[in-house]
Amino acid sequence: MSQTIQFNLNGKAVFLKTDPMRRLLDVLRDDFSETGVKEGCGEGECGACSVFLNGKLVNSCLVAVGSITGMNVETIVHFQHTQAYRIIEQAFSDAGSVQCGFCTPGMVLAAYALLKENPDPDETDIREAISGNLCRCTGYNMIVDGIKLAAKKGDGKW
Amino acid sequence: MKNSISTPVDRLDGPEKASGRAIYTDDIRPDGLLYARTLRADRPRARILHIRLPDIPVGYFIVDKNDVPGHNRIKMLEDDWPFFAEEVINHVGEPILLVVGPDREKVNVILHGIKVEYEDLPAVLSIKDAIAAKNPIFGDDNCFASYQFQKGDPDPVFTDAKTIIKGEFKTGYHEQAYMEPQGVIGNYVNGKLTVTGSMQCPYYVKNAMVQLTGFPENQVQIIQATTGGAFGGKEEYPSLLAGHVAIAAIKTGKPVKLVLERGEDLAVTTKRHPSISRYRSAVDENGRVIAMEADITLDGGAYAGLSAVVLQRALFAAIGVYDIPNVTVRGRVLSTNQVPSGAFRGFGAPQAFFAVEMHMEQIASELGMNPLTFKEIHLVKQGDTTATGGLLRDEIKIREMLSRVLKMSDYRKKEGIFASGNGRFRSGIGLGLYLHGCGFTGKGEDTIHGTATIRKLTEDRAEILVSNVEMGQGAQTTLRKIVATTLGLPIQNIDYPNPDTDRVPDSGPTVASRTVIIVGHLLESAAKELKARWNENETFSVSKSYRHPSYIKWNQDTLQGDAYPAYSWGVVAVEVQVDTLTYETTIKKVWTVHDVGVAIDEDIIRGQVEGGILQGLGYASIEVMDTANGAYRQHNFTDYIIPTAVDAPVIESELVDNPYEYGPFGAKCAGELPIAGAAPAYAAAVSRALGIPVHEIPVKPEALIKGLKE
Ligand code: FES
Ligand code: FES
Repeated sequence: MSQTIQFNLNGKAVFLKTDPMRRLLDVLRDDFSETGVKEGCGEGECGACSVFLNGKLVNSCLVAVGSITGMNVETIVHFQHTQAYRIIEQAFSDAGSVQCGFCTPGMVLAAYALLKENPDPDETDIREAISGNLCRCTGYNMIVDGIKLAAKKGDGKW
Repeated sequence: MKNSISTPVDRLDGPEKASGRAIYTDDIRPDGLLYARTLRADRPRARILHIRLPDIPVGYFIVDKNDVPGHNRIKMLEDDWPFFAEEVINHVGEPILLVVGPDREKVNVILHGIKVEYEDLPAVLSIKDAIAAKNPIFGDDNCFASYQFQKGDPDPVFTDAKTIIKGEFKTGYHEQAYMEPQGVIGNYVNGKLTVTGSMQCPYYVKNAMVQLTGFPENQVQIIQATTGGAFGGKEEYPSLLAGHVAIAAIKTGKPVKLVLERGEDLAVTTKRHPSISRYRSAVDENGRVIAMEADITLDGGAYAGLSAVVLQRALFAAIGVYDIPNVTVRGRVLSTNQVPSGAFRGFGAPQAFFAVEMHMEQIASELGMNPLTFKEIHLVKQGDTTATGGLLRDEIKIREMLSRVLKMSDYRKKEGIFASGNGRFRSGIGLGLYLHGCGFTGKGEDTIHGTATIRKLTEDRAEILVSNVEMGQGAQTTLRKIVATTLGLPIQNIDYPNPDTDRVPDSGPTVASRTVIIVGHLLESAAKELKARWNENETFSVSKSYRHPSYIKWNQDTLQGDAYPAYSWGVVAVEVQVDTLTYETTIKKVWTVHDVGVAIDEDIIRGQVEGGILQGLGYASIEVMDTANGAYRQHNFTDYIIPTAVDAPVIESELVDNPYEYGPFGAKCAGELPIAGAAPAYAAAVSRALGIPVHEIPVKPEALIKGLKE
C-alpha cells in the first residue's frame, strides 16, 4: 500500500511514494544512501541506527516512515558538518573512543543529545545517556572519557 | 623505562568511522545488486525428503548444492562442513538453499513459500548425549579430536598422595556480539570471482572459494571491507557466507549481497564452545600441589571447524600460570547436533583459565589456606616448564604485577573487611591470573610461513601489503606506527589499504593475537631493510617470511615442546557486591596489570584491555545463552544481554614493560589476553561475597540461591 510521504531530511524537504510501514532506517539507507545510519539489531536495542527526529534522539529501526510526515530528520551525514560534531570527534580521537566504529555514529549523536541538555554531565549522567547504545569493543570507559572531554572542550556552547 | 613508541597517537580510522563515512559491507551497493536470503533447517537432525518450491518469478533464483561447480565443503581441518546441505541436515539453521533476487521483500515472500519435508533422525544434543550415543554422528566415538599429554610422573604421586582434591567446572556458550552483523557481497565478471566482506582472514576465504569453485587461484579475489568487530566470530564463518554469494553470483551473473539480520546471526554463527572440565590435584603436607590432572571436554557442535585447535589451546592453558611438577592433561571435543562452535577471542583458553583458577580457589579453601597466598606460592618463574614441557625462557613479571594489583585494589584490606560482611549487601573481591601464548598454537606459524611486504611508493611514502585486517583492534594504527617509526616517516605517509588478495601476500589470518608479534615483526624487519636500501630505486618492495626463532622446538605428534614462541601475562582483581534479596550482582570496580612486552600504542592496548575484560565479565555474569532442541533460546539483544555503559565498571589498568627480543619494538601479544582472567576473578569474588563455591559460568542467581541453601 504505497502512500506519498513528506518529511525534512537534513534540512531539505523530501517526498517519496512508499509503504508507510517501512522502517525509517531502511528508507534512509536504501532510498537516500544515508549509510552512516547503521543497523546493529533491528529491534531498538543497540542505538547504531540513531537519528534525531524533531531534535530528539530515536532508534530509526523502530520508526515507521508513515508516522513522520512533516517532521525533521537529522542524521550523522548532516551532523558531521557542525561545530558540535567537530568537538566531539576530536574528543573521541583524543580519548581513544573509537575501535571498530560501528557503534560510533550512534554514540556521537547520543553524546550530543546529552550535552545539549546537560553541558556539564557527571559520570552517571554520561553512562545513562549512552545506555541505549551498545558497544562491544571498548568496554565503554574510553567513550565515557571522550564525552567528558567533549563537555570540557565544548564549554557549554552546544 | 617506558618505550617512546608507546605514546598514543590519534587513530587514523577514527574520523571516517565517527562521521559514518566508513563503508561497511552493507553500505556497498553496486548496480544490478541482488539480495540473497537463506532457507535454513528448522530442526537438529533430519533427512531432507523433498523441497517444494513456489513459482519463482523471472529475475529470481534458487541456489543450492546442485549449483556448486567444485567441492561442496568448506576448506578447514576436516572436510566435513557443507556450504549447502546435502541429504542430511545436522543442526538447526543449517543452510539448504538461497533465494536470490532484486527485491528483498519478494525474496522473503518466496522464502516463506518454500516447504521442506523431513524425516527426523535421532539427534545428539549435549556433551552427555555425545558421550553416551550408541550411534555416533561422527567417526565411531563422536570425537572431533582428543589429546593427552603428561609432564613428570603424575600416576605414582596420585597413588601415594594423602590429600586429593577434585572439582568439576562448567562454562556456557558465549556470543561474540560484534556490532556489525556478518555480511558478504559476491561478484562474477569475465570469469573472475570477487568476494568483498566483513572478515578476519581473506586467505581462508580465498582458499575456501578455490576449493568450492574449482577455479584457478588467479580467478578468485577476496577483499576485506571495513569490519565492525569480529572477536573470532569472523574467522571461519565468513568462508561459508562467501561460498553462498559466490555460487549465487556465478549462477546469476550479477552481484549478490548476503547480510545476516541480527537474529539470524545469533541463531546460526559460531559461538564459544561450552565446556565441562574435571580437575584433580594431589597436595602435600606443606600445601603444595604436587600433581594435577585436567580433563577438558568441549561441545564442538555439528561440524569439526576449528575445534581441534581450540581444544589444543584450552589444554595448553590447563594448568594456568602455576608451576606444577607432575601433570596429566587430556581433552576431547565432541560432535553434537548443535550449531557449530568456533573461534572466539581466547580460543579455548578462557574455559581452561576459568577451570584452573576456580580449582586453585577450591583447593585453597578446602585446605583452609588463603587463596591469594596459595596461588602466590605456586606461580611460575623464569626457567620453569609449561604443561607441554616448553621452556619459559623470557623474564616473567607476574609477581611484580600481582603486587601492583593488590596495592591498586587495596586487596588484602578489602578481603579482611568483606569476609565479615553479613548484611543484605555482601561484597567480595577475587583475582584472576593468566597468560596468553602468542601467535598460532603448535605448528601453525611454521605451516603458514606468513609473508609481509612493504613497498616504497615515493621518496616519502610507503605502503603496507599484508592480509591482516583492521577489525576494530587497531591494526591500522599499530602496524603503520611500527613501519613509520622504523622508516622515520610520519604515520600519515604509510598507506595500509584494506587487504585485497590480488595485491597482498598471505601474511596469515588475523587471529591468535599474531598480528603484532608475528606480522608486526616481519614488517619491522622489512622496514629496516627498505630503509637501508631506500635510495636503490624510486619504487620497490621488500618482503619477509616468518620462521620461529631457532630455539623454538615443537613436536605436533607428541604435543611436547614450546607450543608458543612467547607469552603475554595478566593479573586482574574484580570487586562485586551481591544483593542477597534479589541476587543481583554489581561489579564495583576492576584493577588490572598486563605484560604485553612493549605497547605499540598505549591507547590501543587500553582499548583491548577494557573491551576484553568487559567481554569476560559478561561471559561470567549476564551473558546467558542456552539451547532447546538444538536451537539457541536467545534471539536478539533483548534476551541475549550484553553489558551496557551502566553495567560497565571503571577499570584501572596499567602495563609493565618487558620487551621480547623477536617482537617489533619488543611487543608481544595483546588482543585475546585480557578476556582470560575476568571470568574467574568475577566468580571468585561472588563466591567469597556469599561464602559458597561457584563452579559454573555464567553465574546465575538460581545457582547462588541453591548454593546458599546447601
Ligand atoms: S538497529 Fe536500531 S536499535 Fe539496533
Ligand atoms: S567501537 Fe566497535 S562496537 Fe563500539
